[in-house]
Amino acid sequence: MLHIVNKSPSERNAFDSCLRLATKGSAVLLIEDAVYAATKGTAAAAQLQAAMADLKVYVLAPDMEARGMAGRVLEGVNLVDYGGFVDLAAEHNTCQSWL
Amino acid sequence: MDEASEGVVKKFMFLNRKAPYGTIYALESLEVVLISAAFDQDVSLAFVDDGVYQIVKGQHTKGIDQKNFSPTYRALEGYDIEKLYVEKEGLEARGLTEDDLLVDVTVLSAAEMANLMAEQDVVISF
Amino acid sequence: MATVNIAGKDIEVDEEGYLINLGDWNEDVAAYLAQEEKVEMTENHWEVVNFLREYYSEYQIAPAIRVLTKAIAKKLGADKGNNKYLYELFPYGPAKQACKIAGLPKPTGCI
Repeated sequence: MLHIVNKSPSERNAFDSCLRLATKGSAVLLIEDAVYAATKGTAAAAQLQAAMADLKVYVLAPDMEARGMAGRVLEGVNLVDYGGFVDLAAEHNTCQSWL
Repeated sequence: MDEASEGVVKKFMFLNRKAPYGTIYALESLEVVLISAAFDQDVSLAFVDDGVYQIVKGQHTKGIDQKNFSPTYRALEGYDIEKLYVEKEGLEARGLTEDDLLVDVTVLSAAEMANLMAEQDVVISF
Repeated sequence: MATVNIAGKDIEVDEEGYLINLGDWNEDVAAYLAQEEKVEMTENHWEVVNFLREYYSEYQIAPAIRVLTKAIAKKLGADKGNNKYLYELFPYGPAKQACKIAGLPKPTGCI
């Protein structure tokens, strides 16, 4: 399954719920304000780091760049562009958006 | 405006708590702040929680097809809006320091920010 | 939204004649917009228009008139950074006319 999160981890609990309920081997794509979860030095990044043992984590690069966070991306996170977003959606049978 | 209220200067604080781009709050706040400058009031801007992300350096929005309004914070000085405050705890929780910000700010502890808020006549929250 | 044809190119403007796309601006477009405003462009007019474009490119907003006069005074001197001088160049308001000719949006807070 592909999980998509678009809310800041420090504003809503969508990111926490996603990590709690995503099963091993799932993919997590962070977009819009959720990209802050993959920036170094945050509590969310530590959670994400731990979760990466079981999950593949992707971040939408244009959203990172827009927010001035391109230089702070957590290691091990895969950056994708809009084409990569489409590919991820196509590769997975189901998609859960954590609104 | 009646004569009695003319020339009264109140302390206004714009409290910014949302990241830019994901929602419209940050941009709306900035527009209200620019308009408020015309009324010659004692205006402060506070950046708390995700609001600190609004003034982070190096924003490039071409890829998301939205206007990059971060340079406008640097115009505030010309509008005589020079009181910008950032909550220390909010900055640190995001792995950021004052050097990561694109405008000069005063960094306050949560306790100091609380006192500053309590001093205001009006707090407008975004 | 309307379209005007300037030097063979269709350009989008809003209901008040401000450019929709800043990127459409060039000196021909400025000359056309000035003509619409009945402003005869001199070196002094261009100086203000160019100043506005530089201001916009730095801050991403069209300045309020008070801010514009102050910024012009700082850069070009007090004899130019005042309302009288700017209103002589742009009688219907520097914010309205000079911004329009410079291809900028209407200043925030401009009534």
